[in-house]
Amino acid sequence: MTEPQASQPQETGTPLLEVRDLVVHHGQLRALDAISLTVLPGEVYAIIGANGAGKSTLLRTIAGLHRPTSGSVIFDGRDVSAVRPERRATQGIVMVPEGRRLFGSLSVEENLKVGATYARQGPWNIERVYEMFAWMRERRNQLTAQLSGGEQQSVAIGRALVSNPRVLLLDELSLGLAPVVVQRIYGMLPQILETGLTVLLVEQDVSQALRVASRIQCLLEGRTTLEGSPADVTADQVEAAYFGLTGAASASPADDRSEA
Amino acid sequence: MAWVNAIIQGILTGGLYALFACGLSLMFGVMKVVNLAHGDLAVIAGYIAIGVITVTHVPVLWSVVIVVPVMAVLGYVLQRTLIQSSLDRGVLTTLIVTFGLSVVIENGLLQFFTANSRGIGAEMTLVTGSFKIGSQIEIAYLLLLIFAVAVAVLLGLQYFLSRSKYGRLIRAVADDKEAAQLAGADYRHVFGIAAGVAFGTVALGGIAFGMYSNLDPTTGTDTILLFAFAAVVIGGLGSLWGTLLGGVVLGVAQQIGAQINISDELLAGYIVFLVVLVLRPQGLISRRAQP
Repeated sequence: MTEPQASQPQETGTPLLEVRDLVVHHGQLRALDAISLTVLPGEVYAIIGANGAGKSTLLRTIAGLHRPTSGSVIFDGRDVSAVRPERRATQGIVMVPEGRRLFGSLSVEENLKVGATYARQGPWNIERVYEMFAWMRERRNQLTAQLSGGEQQSVAIGRALVSNPRVLLLDELSLGLAPVVVQRIYGMLPQILETGLTVLLVEQDVSQALRVASRIQCLLEGRTTLEGSPADVTADQVEAAYFGLTGAASASPADDRSEA
Repeated sequence: MAWVNAIIQGILTGGLYALFACGLSLMFGVMKVVNLAHGDLAVIAGYIAIGVITVTHVPVLWSVVIVVPVMAVLGYVLQRTLIQSSLDRGVLTTLIVTFGLSVVIENGLLQFFTANSRGIGAEMTLVTGSFKIGSQIEIAYLLLLIFAVAVAVLLGLQYFLSRSKYGRLIRAVADDKEAAQLAGADYRHVFGIAAGVAFGTVALGGIAFGMYSNLDPTTGTDTILLFAFAAVVIGGLGSLWGTLLGGVVLGVAQQIGAQINISDELLAGYIVFLVVLVLRPQGLISRRAQP
């Protein structure tokens, strides 16, 4: 299925989040087909893939918003497959959803307060978010609709951080944002990781994902086509896995052959 | 002066209508539930108040202390069970389910308490007393009290929604319940709290109406629910203070109609309701458009 990769140094640690043979259907459509992944504490794990590859479905299933047909999600050694999304959030699986999904009739600060309502104990609070995003304090009473896309994304990240997640799921942070803004937001990642968080992110922007991730997995039409650390995979392998071209690590059908 | 009196009476009656309407508006704004049993629940609250007063002999106004919490708990329980399970099957299902609930309540009341109409505390001076301004204008203590209670309820609701933890959660869930779940909030619980608050306000409406007029098993749908709907539509869906404005407009229209011809009271109210629906379907105070 996947080309064997050089064994990772972290692989000795116990995984924080594990997905085993996950199958998810949207009606008749098989959105995810036997996906497995293991996220170790403190790492940045990136899922890449084209539109409709099943990346967001994977993240939403881990957060509890989709019910898997089969397979399981294991968090900190416990099977959480049947746990409701709000319970998963309070246990430490917190997602920044695609498209930000801020509360439009609430102010910036109120959005953060909602995030902090059911927070676990931990290093993050609203004050610390204000320190990280300096502009936010002055504009805390504004409605989020009045913010730019990048600012909204920062509030969405802040709202997730104040609940003190153990694993932060980031769904397409770059969506609809200018490259400069994307750079700036990803530039915050080290500060976030410093506090001991683990990050599982989904990204269409492959170069961005390769830059920040310790390991990546590429999805194509709900299947894994490539898995490894960015240092170990070549650009050609990524391209082949992303577009489903044969001749690389992928197991895609032969009639897909073109300029690989 | 008779016209001025009509307008003043209309404004004061508007407070009563706002008490009917604000819970209906809250449940629609948060859960998208159009609660067709809303009026019948007000009648139930009134009947419970009569029962409490008869059994315990507490002063009429003290019955509020018992009835409002009872109705709030009933609201939470009904939301978590019947209404939530109908919501899970689609918004239209809630219409059918609350309509069914309304029929069940009405017929249950008919069965157990007959079709006789009952009033609350009719012997009190508060209910019958009034004071005069000039020779033509007579203001009933009760209507003035009801209006003051309505304003206090709306102020309280506004404070609760904008300042308290649960108020914030209610607004967040109304915006995006999935995003609220991702923040750890159980939206079903939050819905239950919103329904509890809404039922608490309608309990006040039912008791107020029982003191102002009489309650019988059909009052819920043929008066309270209709006036609540009219007030909500005139004022603007989802707007809290719009329910008071809508109630006042409805009340003034009715009183002016009655001044022209006593039998035109209800008709005048519904004509204004229809005119607003045609000319300004979003209501007089339209809620800020949201992305």
